[in-house]
Amino acid sequence: MPAAKSGNGRVEVRKTHKLFINGEFVRSESGRAYRFEGNVNIPRGSRKDLRDAVRAARGAVPGWAARTAMNRGQILYRAAEMLDGRRAQFVDLLGSARAAQKEVDNAVEALVWYAGWTDKLAQVIGATNPVSGPYFNFTIPEPTGVVGIVAPEEPALVGLVRRVAPALCGGNALVVLAPEKTPLPALTLAEVLATSDLPAGVVNVLSGYRKELLPWLASHMDVNAIDVAGCTPDEVTEIEKAAADNVKRVVKHAPEEMSPYLITAFMEMKTVWHPVGV
Amino acid sequence: MATALSLSHLGSLMRGVRSVDEVGAEERAASLAKRSIKKASKLWALDLAIRCMDLTTLEGSDTPGKVAALCAKGIRPKPGDATIPSVAAICIYPARVADAKEHLRGSSVRIASVATAFPSGQSFTSVKVAEVKEAVAAGADEVDMVIDRGAFLSGDHEKVYEEIVAVKEACGPAHLKVILETGELGTYDNVRRASILAMAAGADFIKTSTGKVQPAATLPVSLVMMEAIRDFVRETGRPVGFKPAGGIRTSKQAIAYLVVLYETLGAEWMTPERFRLGASTLLNDVLMQIEKERTGAYQSGDYFTID
Amino acid sequence: MAIAKRAPTELAKQTFEYAPAPESIDHIKIEPRYGLFIGGKMVAPHSKKRFPTINPATEQKLAEVVEADEVDVDHAVKAADKAFEGWSRLAPSRRARYIFRLSRIIQERARELAVVETMDGGKPIKESRDVDIPLAAAHFFYYAGWADKLEWAFANRKPRPLGVAGQVIPWNFPLLMLAWKIAPALAAGNTVVLKPAETTPLSALLFADICMQAELPPGVVNIVTGGGKTGSLVVTHPAVKKVAFTGSTEVGKLIARSLAGTGKRLTLELGGKAANIVFDDAPLDAAVEGIVNGIYFNQGHVCCAGSRLLVQESIAEPLLEKLKLRLGTLRLGDPLDKNTDIGAINSKAQLEKIEELVESGVEEGAQIFQPECKLPERGFWFPPTLFTNVSQSYRIAREEIFGPVLSVLTFRTPAEAVEKANNTPYGLSAGVWTDKGSRILWMAERMRAGVVWANTFNRFDPTSPFGGYKESGFGREGGRHGLMPYLELV
Repeated sequence: MPAAKSGNGRVEVRKTHKLFINGEFVRSESGRAYRFEGNVNIPRGSRKDLRDAVRAARGAVPGWAARTAMNRGQILYRAAEMLDGRRAQFVDLLGSARAAQKEVDNAVEALVWYAGWTDKLAQVIGATNPVSGPYFNFTIPEPTGVVGIVAPEEPALVGLVRRVAPALCGGNALVVLAPEKTPLPALTLAEVLATSDLPAGVVNVLSGYRKELLPWLASHMDVNAIDVAGCTPDEVTEIEKAAADNVKRVVKHAPEEMSPYLITAFMEMKTVWHPVGV
Repeated sequence: MATALSLSHLGSLMRGVRSVDEVGAEERAASLAKRSIKKASKLWALDLAIRCMDLTTLEGSDTPGKVAALCAKGIRPKPGDATIPSVAAICIYPARVADAKEHLRGSSVRIASVATAFPSGQSFTSVKVAEVKEAVAAGADEVDMVIDRGAFLSGDHEKVYEEIVAVKEACGPAHLKVILETGELGTYDNVRRASILAMAAGADFIKTSTGKVQPAATLPVSLVMMEAIRDFVRETGRPVGFKPAGGIRTSKQAIAYLVVLYETLGAEWMTPERFRLGASTLLNDVLMQIEKERTGAYQSGDYFTID
Repeated sequence: MAIAKRAPTELAKQTFEYAPAPESIDHIKIEPRYGLFIGGKMVAPHSKKRFPTINPATEQKLAEVVEADEVDVDHAVKAADKAFEGWSRLAPSRRARYIFRLSRIIQERARELAVVETMDGGKPIKESRDVDIPLAAAHFFYYAGWADKLEWAFANRKPRPLGVAGQVIPWNFPLLMLAWKIAPALAAGNTVVLKPAETTPLSALLFADICMQAELPPGVVNIVTGGGKTGSLVVTHPAVKKVAFTGSTEVGKLIARSLAGTGKRLTLELGGKAANIVFDDAPLDAAVEGIVNGIYFNQGHVCCAGSRLLVQESIAEPLLEKLKLRLGTLRLGDPLDKNTDIGAINSKAQLEKIEELVESGVEEGAQIFQPECKLPERGFWFPPTLFTNVSQSYRIAREEIFGPVLSVLTFRTPAEAVEKANNTPYGLSAGVWTDKGSRILWMAERMRAGVVWANTFNRFDPTSPFGGYKESGFGREGGRHGLMPYLELV
């Protein structure tokens, strides 16, 4: 994948790849990077970067969750617009083949699809419950809070978008671990999200070595849920053990799933009672 | 003697009255109604129910003869059984007070007279005050007045308040029970407001109903009024009595009221000085229940005098 | 309870002592020893170990039950596994009829179940009679109706049962928790191995009899008794596909760890430390009832108990005065007496835990209030207790006591109330008391808790989803949502 090709005597201005934390593109606090595909350096995020990302996400939860459903939908749709605008760049990143075009289309489609779910979810998933007594009782889905997403290596773009979009749709703030071997679509997606009116900290993207980051994410006491779509069975086992420490939700839906049930996998059901009287 | 609040404070007093949660009040009353009162405590409660009873007749067809019979029943509810106490009072129309006076002489039974254009209260304050004065002059020991619900519901709390103050003054030494007619007030919030209003204006007792409007006394409405009394006592230190009336026909109901009273206002309210049960047909059921507790056999109405 | 300062001497004689009103127990038959309910009948266990189950109000032994071992659990799971094929393929409408039968038989035998529940667990008969048993029957009735409507429950998905559900339930609402577990599992077409709590196995064993009476196909419900070890055997058995646990957060975490990597589906309903928040405009008398119901219901042995009272400082004084008066009217004693409000603490171990935490509260500087209250000589008892001067940092404000102990804290603004209420690893329930509608919704939105009771507390209904945020667990029980943990949606 020629991420930084040069030709015709033109000396290309290369991009320094960075982590995306709290709305800013930053180098790893560790100052480390790993080599990727020849001359590309990928920041090697550390546990402290992860800590910062979780902190940023936690700070972003109340504001993001408080946005109206329609506003969240518009921002997700904006992300689809931004991604579509950079179609060529992503196709290039993914290998320029027909499959790559298809993948970008699917990623755009996922964002558009979930953009339309934000203001329908509570109607489809929520309920008013006919309890036996003079009470009004309703159940609504609410964001679980901070969600860790371990993106699959392949398909590197749509695999990630199919997790990020539903988790955002539900009003959560995310810490995304970019795939170790295919980090560029995730890091570049951060640029898309950064220009989609998404508030700072709502999505944070870390690249680096899985084994250096995953245990810290899995055991972090301020992470409410973790999606393991990109994990090996052994990693899932370890995550489930660590997740027990704060009763983290471990989301294990099929990687290609697109459904409202995936959105609610990142959500909590809240039931409210109130007496009915004069 | 109650100290009436200055009228300028009436508005803030009314605005400061806390709301009542209807569902909560009804659930609390229902849970208290499930208390199981057995054996000695049941007999004690039934005895108290008689001692606290305002034995009532309030019919257009009331005659001196009817009142005489009622008085006899009130003094000696069960002829030949001296262990059964007299009722607290008989409750009658003003025009019958003089008849009763005659028959109750020498007994502990007091005369309660309804007044103030009972039951609607839709008359002139001057007429109401005059009626009260005449009733007291005729021998009423207690006056059961009705509030002006029309004024209350139209928001004219001042008029209701002033009328109670005027009636209280007209009562002189007679005790004043203020009937809220809760069945016409619409909400527990109003019941609570009217309770506080009546107490602030000098009521010695607050009473639920005339018995002429449905619903009359209910357990939850009584709970709400007792809670208002509790708060009033806390604020002022002046104890106010409570009288549920209308629709209380069975011993089981009477005991439920006593339970709510006991668990809301406490043992100190379990006396005719602070609690009355207004009822016309309850007495015989209480007598039958007492007899059942004593003999173990369920009773027949044929063995209890009707009056 | 006294209100007015002056008490005429004549009144001093007035008393209204409620005479004992014990629920009759002459219709109750408890076997001296019980076997295990496996494959549709009571069977002799492989395990030689037995333990007594006692009445915590009298410390008298009620019966002996089996501590099921690995072989017993394996039998039970195999019986459930064997029954799964038939049960999951049974016409849904027929499955429904069996579950309806269970509901009806619970109603028919309601008093027997209530009395046994009270004897075995120590809860007041008025609660087992009016809450536990009717709700258990209602739960079966509700889910029975779902059995042949699953296709309508989840849009665009085909529901499939999972297989054998291993279920471990607590001692605070024994039959009700059994119903919460078994009813949705069966409606969804699963079969069940259920382990009741060590200290309260009897109503589950009565339920075994009800299954037989209902002629439920053998193996659809299996009940194994025992302690934590037996529970662990149930949840870790390889043929168990779905685990549902209600109990402490500590044990919930152990179970979650033990299931890591197994692919078993898991739902957890764990502890709580709910805030019950009272604003200055609240209907105070109702709030007092709600506070009392929130923490003294079932001796405070309630995961969603309103154990932290957050009261707006401006009304703290009158509210506490009312609350203290009200505590004085609570009647503690014989759980079988129909007038008892506070029954026995479920076990000696639980009593010791409560005592330890209450002691810590006193040591840390909180002010303790307990109404005058005579405790019976035998059995396990703890008076209704209220702590004021409590800081967020005290153990009594952070740890789940699971007893009749209320910690009172104050707040000044709604924002502070939200902050304090959510400042806990738990998130099961919350209470809000205010007269202002917009504030109720504002607060409800901000509570990080699965159930928010506004101007009420501790209400339950089979149609109403129940479950926690954060360390209070995941998954919902009740309502359509309660079916989801027992189904695969394909």
